[in-house]
Amino acid sequence: MTAGPERTALEDEVSLAKEPPRRSVTRLLLRHPLGAPCLVLLLMVVLVAVFAPWVAPWGPQETDLAATNAPPLTPGHLLGGDSAGLDILSRLIWGSRQTVVAVLIVVIVSVAIGVTTGLAAGFYRGRLDGAVGFVSDVIMSLPGIVLLIALYALTGPNIPVAMAVFGVIVAPTYYRLVRAIVLGVRNELYVDAARVVGLSDFRIVGRHVLWAVRAPVIIQTSFVMAAGIGIEAGISFLGLGDPASASWGIVLQNSFNGIYNNPWGVVWPALAVSLTILALILLGNALSDVLQSSARSKVLPKRRRREIVAASARQREEQPVNDSILVGSSDDVILSVRGLRIAYPDAQGGVNEVVHGVDLDVRRGEIHGLVGESGSGKSQIAFSTLGILPREAVILGGSILLDGEDLLADEARMRAARGRRIAYIPQEPMSNLDPSFTIGSQLSRGLRAARPMPKKDAKKLLVDLLVRVGITDPERVLRLYPHEISGGMAQRVLICGAVASDPDIIIADEPTTALDVTVQAEVLELLRELDHERGLAMILVTHNLGVVADICDVVSVMKDGNIVERADVDSLFAAPNQPYTQQLLASSRTVELMEV
Amino acid sequence: MAFSLAKRLVRSLAVFIVVTFAVFSLMYGNGTGIAHAVLGLNATPEGIQAEVVKLGLDQPLLVQYWQWLSGVAHGDLGNSFYTSESVSSALSNRVPVTLALVFLTLLLTAVLSVILGVTAAVRGGWMDRVLQFISVLGTAVPAFIIAIALVFAFAIHWRVFPATGYVSPNVSPSGWLASISLPVLALLIGAVAGAAAQFRTAVLDQLGRDYVRTLRARGIPEREIIFRNVLRNAAPPGLTALSLTVFGLLGGAVFIEQVFALPGMGQMANMAAQISDVPLVMGTVLVVVVIVLVVNFAGDLAITFLNPKARTR
Repeated sequence: MTAGPERTALEDEVSLAKEPPRRSVTRLLLRHPLGAPCLVLLLMVVLVAVFAPWVAPWGPQETDLAATNAPPLTPGHLLGGDSAGLDILSRLIWGSRQTVVAVLIVVIVSVAIGVTTGLAAGFYRGRLDGAVGFVSDVIMSLPGIVLLIALYALTGPNIPVAMAVFGVIVAPTYYRLVRAIVLGVRNELYVDAARVVGLSDFRIVGRHVLWAVRAPVIIQTSFVMAAGIGIEAGISFLGLGDPASASWGIVLQNSFNGIYNNPWGVVWPALAVSLTILALILLGNALSDVLQSSARSKVLPKRRRREIVAASARQREEQPVNDSILVGSSDDVILSVRGLRIAYPDAQGGVNEVVHGVDLDVRRGEIHGLVGESGSGKSQIAFSTLGILPREAVILGGSILLDGEDLLADEARMRAARGRRIAYIPQEPMSNLDPSFTIGSQLSRGLRAARPMPKKDAKKLLVDLLVRVGITDPERVLRLYPHEISGGMAQRVLICGAVASDPDIIIADEPTTALDVTVQAEVLELLRELDHERGLAMILVTHNLGVVADICDVVSVMKDGNIVERADVDSLFAAPNQPYTQQLLASSRTVELMEV
Repeated sequence: MAFSLAKRLVRSLAVFIVVTFAVFSLMYGNGTGIAHAVLGLNATPEGIQAEVVKLGLDQPLLVQYWQWLSGVAHGDLGNSFYTSESVSSALSNRVPVTLALVFLTLLLTAVLSVILGVTAAVRGGWMDRVLQFISVLGTAVPAFIIAIALVFAFAIHWRVFPATGYVSPNVSPSGWLASISLPVLALLIGAVAGAAAQFRTAVLDQLGRDYVRTLRARGIPEREIIFRNVLRNAAPPGLTALSLTVFGLLGGAVFIEQVFALPGMGQMANMAAQISDVPLVMGTVLVVVVIVLVVNFAGDLAITFLNPKARTR
């Protein structure tokens, strides 16, 4: 209605939401080790093309019979001459004009077609999407060069037309790229918000979607330019170009035909083509480093990891900090974590510590809740007790003691404990089963890796255990693939897989979060029963205080990579010490009230 | 599953019709031009007109296409405008050369890129960086320039391999192998560079999946996880990469045949196009489209078979 001012305010907020922090892409690109040299080389090619009449020592068709098949470094002919006495250097300089024009045609045609159809197909989907997809399939089902050869029968030697057709041939790569991105962006919140605000489709595409496809399209363009140079040189080399004109491909063809008389003649055009293509591809890689760096996680080299660990240990000695609360030891402890510090590489080549020296003790038979909001480091602790942290993670220090033996100090000991004495129940049941193998094969392989036994015995044991975890027709379930069972059933299967090897302690990482509310309660009940029956210890990672209150004996509260409070469940809920715990409790109560 | 296969078959057929019709109209659209080219520069307008009628180029395009298509159904692809040799017999000499080149390269590409891609993904570190560097180089330099470099190095400088020319395997199997070694190598470098990078990405993608973490947590040895689970799940994207490799190789073969003077169908099509011998070009296009569609279909079939979701339905 008449909500003018609010509308623009909201509109601005919507567009601000996706705007990345402003940095100069050009400056970043120039600082990239590959960016500057590639840009310089490409700029040189363009400048040479533009100023060819002034730069080239000879005309494009100017022959000097004395230079026939002249070797390189002949006076007046730096790179030698070809079989017709044409100066190779000059021909290459003149030829760069055709290269630049050809690449421009390819890029303009392919971007115009590919990006527009990609935007339209991704945004409107439906029939349009199907039709464009079919055309793109058709185009991609014929190697480009074959189509260009067929085209020659119609047009004769005509490089601009051939390049325009090649632009059509590569347009599907833009179409696919843009369509996939638009499909992803389309349903994101900020596009929805723009819709609600009442922006027209045209403006949404212009303001929000174009922004998202900008970087990938730029990167793709440098690869398309590389392909354009290759194909232009290629068709000239095949003899489908205009033999009268100067182009890199034609110089290459002439020199190749005379390779026995002047072997060095092929080197220069080959270098011109290859180096320019290489520069474009490296530039594309540099661009994607600069524009999409956040999307990559990097694994630090081994030496760098050691350096970081050593540096961090030194720093720790110099200024010891005790952020986390310590625990006293007790005889009954099965697993204890001491001073565990975990870090991840950051964008600047250093590391960012996410777990700051955590201590944790779990007694036999105890269900130990590890609570905290997402990003507090609780899953990191869970993974490190099993030695299954992601590859890029760096353990800066600390120990994980299973019955007093340090698992972090000895990879073999960790391997021996993993799956046998320490078992794992993951969060998201479906993605944690291998989609290509049956439930039976996955469970049986896991069980037999932990406890070697004949297949038959393993199957019998699993059938009994599946019944125990609440699956009524175990024989059938063992033959099914993961996609054929429900999430709740998958979680029971995973619990069965964890319990089967008869471990001493189970690490359960948010075991109920991904399940329906009704199933959640059943699974919690199952965990509690199994815990009592088998005298298991358990670390239960969760953000849900309701789950903690339900089944945990002891709770550790995590915040920003530290354990800030630890207590028995009853005393924690009755009288939380720390302000953060109080806040957590208060907010969970509000949520409960709202749900009621 | 049968339904989805039937759907794919229909789609392939549609693509076949559309592609061949498009290329057909592209080439046969200019009947007088073809007749002119066939007769040479001093053709009289009357002579051209007579030639147009003689070659059947005066009929509507759709009729010509229909005649061509029904000929194809009977295995008759027409005759060369120049030699009157039947296109199918010309192709039967040429296609095996190209197919041998392409599929020998494909086989080596499959083996090498799996080994290299998996090693790079699993080992990481310097090996990964070296492979990525080689992969950039391999994709950057076009196959025909690699071919020229190989001719320059092996055939002119060191004289190890015959520079150019082709020996039929019926004449001498070892001679055939020698004559095809450099062409295969020229195609192989780019193909491996591309496919190994795809395999690497596919394996890295699987290694980062939750189920791999769970399998590790069960105590299953890393080696077994990689060889059984990761490779199995990385197979579909790997197969897609390989079928794309076939298309790349078919295109690359045109250049390679030119460089090494191999009597394959690419070389034939190129020569035929330059003298407007359109039936021969059209025959080559037909063969290439069929190969592409068959490879695509076989790839889809294999991927469907590997996917339990599609298989059990």
